[in-house]
Amino acid sequence: MDYFLTEEQQMIQELAAQITKEKIRPVRAELDESEAFPWEIMKVLAQSDLFGLYIPEAYGGMGGGILENCLAIEQLAQGCIGIATTFAASGLGAYPILLFANEAQKQAYLPDIASGKRLAAFGVTESGAGSDVSGIQTTAVRDGDYYILNGTKQWITNGGEAEIYSVLAITDRSKGPRGASFFIVEKGDPGFSFGKKEKKLGIRASATRELVFQDCRVRKDRLIAKEGMGFIVAMKTFDKSRPGIGALGVGLAQGALDISVEYARKRVQFGKPIISFQAIQHKLANMATKTEASRALIYCIARHMDANDAPDASKVAAMCKVFAGDTAMEVATEAVQVLGGYGYMQDYPVEKMMRDAKILQIYEGTNEIQRNIIGQELNKEYSRLKETFF
Amino acid sequence: MHIAVCIKQVPDTKNVRIDPDTHTLVRQGVESIINPFDLFAVEAALKIKDETQATITVLTMGPPQADEALRDALSRGVDDAVLLSDRAFAGSDTWATSTTLAAAVRKMGDVDVVLCGKQAVDGDTAQVGPEMATFLDMPYATFVKKIEVLDGSALKISRQTDEGVEIWKLPTPCLLTVIKEVGEPRLPSLRHKMRAKKATIPVWGVADLGLAPENVGLSGSFTQVVRVFSPPRRTDRVLIQGPIEEQVEQLFRHLKESKVPGL
Repeated sequence: MDYFLTEEQQMIQELAAQITKEKIRPVRAELDESEAFPWEIMKVLAQSDLFGLYIPEAYGGMGGGILENCLAIEQLAQGCIGIATTFAASGLGAYPILLFANEAQKQAYLPDIASGKRLAAFGVTESGAGSDVSGIQTTAVRDGDYYILNGTKQWITNGGEAEIYSVLAITDRSKGPRGASFFIVEKGDPGFSFGKKEKKLGIRASATRELVFQDCRVRKDRLIAKEGMGFIVAMKTFDKSRPGIGALGVGLAQGALDISVEYARKRVQFGKPIISFQAIQHKLANMATKTEASRALIYCIARHMDANDAPDASKVAAMCKVFAGDTAMEVATEAVQVLGGYGYMQDYPVEKMMRDAKILQIYEGTNEIQRNIIGQELNKEYSRLKETFF
Repeated sequence: MHIAVCIKQVPDTKNVRIDPDTHTLVRQGVESIINPFDLFAVEAALKIKDETQATITVLTMGPPQADEALRDALSRGVDDAVLLSDRAFAGSDTWATSTTLAAAVRKMGDVDVVLCGKQAVDGDTAQVGPEMATFLDMPYATFVKKIEVLDGSALKISRQTDEGVEIWKLPTPCLLTVIKEVGEPRLPSLRHKMRAKKATIPVWGVADLGLAPENVGLSGSFTQVVRVFSPPRRTDRVLIQGPIEEQVEQLFRHLKESKVPGL
């Protein structure tokens, strides 16, 4: 499919595809098994300039946008979304800084994130605050030139490995939704430590840990934007990052489809390759159609968001995540079915893809929450319309 | 320090097929790549550049499409590239190739180190590096696995031999052929890839190199490839097992039955 990508965008695809082929595919099963953090591949990605795709050139990035980042993520995800999630999560941690930090903060952190010298992470979720972000308990109390953070963040991707953390904490509980604020916390800050590394169903190459704040003192210049802006920063960050989760889904689905078609052409049963059977053809047809539909949706929405300060960003970003995430789960499950018993075995990569895909419907806002967002945005949008369609 | 790296574009050996009738390489549809050993030479140069202020120029002799191999090297961080291309170069053996590459290095003038892969995976001769060094009157070392820049005018190198590792100090200018132990080749970066795409690559022909047409290409070659073939598969193999005395007896019987002269 020709998506009318620029020469530079095609180069991003080519380069990320080369990294997937030469560096990721050969090690993905081993990293899945050992749950080892993919530092070697992070170094390759850093050296290849891909960490800075969406960061302006003034801060050491490549000056692209959501689409450029999605193109890289999609290609990496064809190999392994554990690795691609690690890559994308650094972007998630960077967006609060990129979107809302002051000039000094941007200068201090973005160049290292863009060069891949330091990984970033995003700390919002807590044990009692998943879908309901307003339930967070971590507090940040002002003390002269410092803020003192206390609380525990849970399931933080890149936790323990990243060096720069964007962390949401309550600064004034009495203000409700306007009482939360974002802070930049660095690995090594006093009172900041990490909990155990979680064992997961999938994306096992990625690191997921608790962030523990015990009287963690950070200077007041670590506050992002103003006190009380926390939830707005979080929402705007998700608008930018969710197409990337969609791109992870497109990549995973494409990876599963590639293996399924190749296998179906070779696997002989009843004297014929199984691709000659309509039952298999229809499965592959649905997998291919939905994968392409996801891709078209994500590229289109990413372009729309890059070109405009889109008022419907929350709605369309949620659409990317929900559609491509559900598609990836479905395509990976079907891939296992196409490969049958072989698909269920760890010798073939599709069982990992099926285990990995599930997270796409859960993290960065469950797909149920995405549908809530889309529904609420539709309600708002139509409430503004004067005309009737009856 | 100026480093010249000589590379060769070869068919991707992972995908090479031999035509069963003609016994020649099927080149149609086979992707061309940088000779893997030359990619190690590129990496060795880039490693020196990581540590010092080196400039790297990559050279190849080949048809116009060899330009791709040069751009691949540029996308990995090499500074400049030169393509040696001329109809007169066609049919070069190792002697004519070395003559041509050496002339290019001479024309560049300020080269401190010439790096080559230990051999090309298509011809497998391993002759071009040492021949070039001889034409350039440079000291050289083959099968190099480690390079250290001592100062502006000497290198400390380790070379792998069958017996062990030899460590040598070489004055510059010198030529080294490298093996895979110098380090895994890095992948391109986006910035270098974009630069490589736009780069203007000079093309030098016979006249630019100041060479006589009779000294290059087929007419400057002492050898010619008459035919390339894959040897027929030998199927009549017997594994002799058992105590050594029995093995000797069996071997002797086999040789006798095969009517080996003198038995």
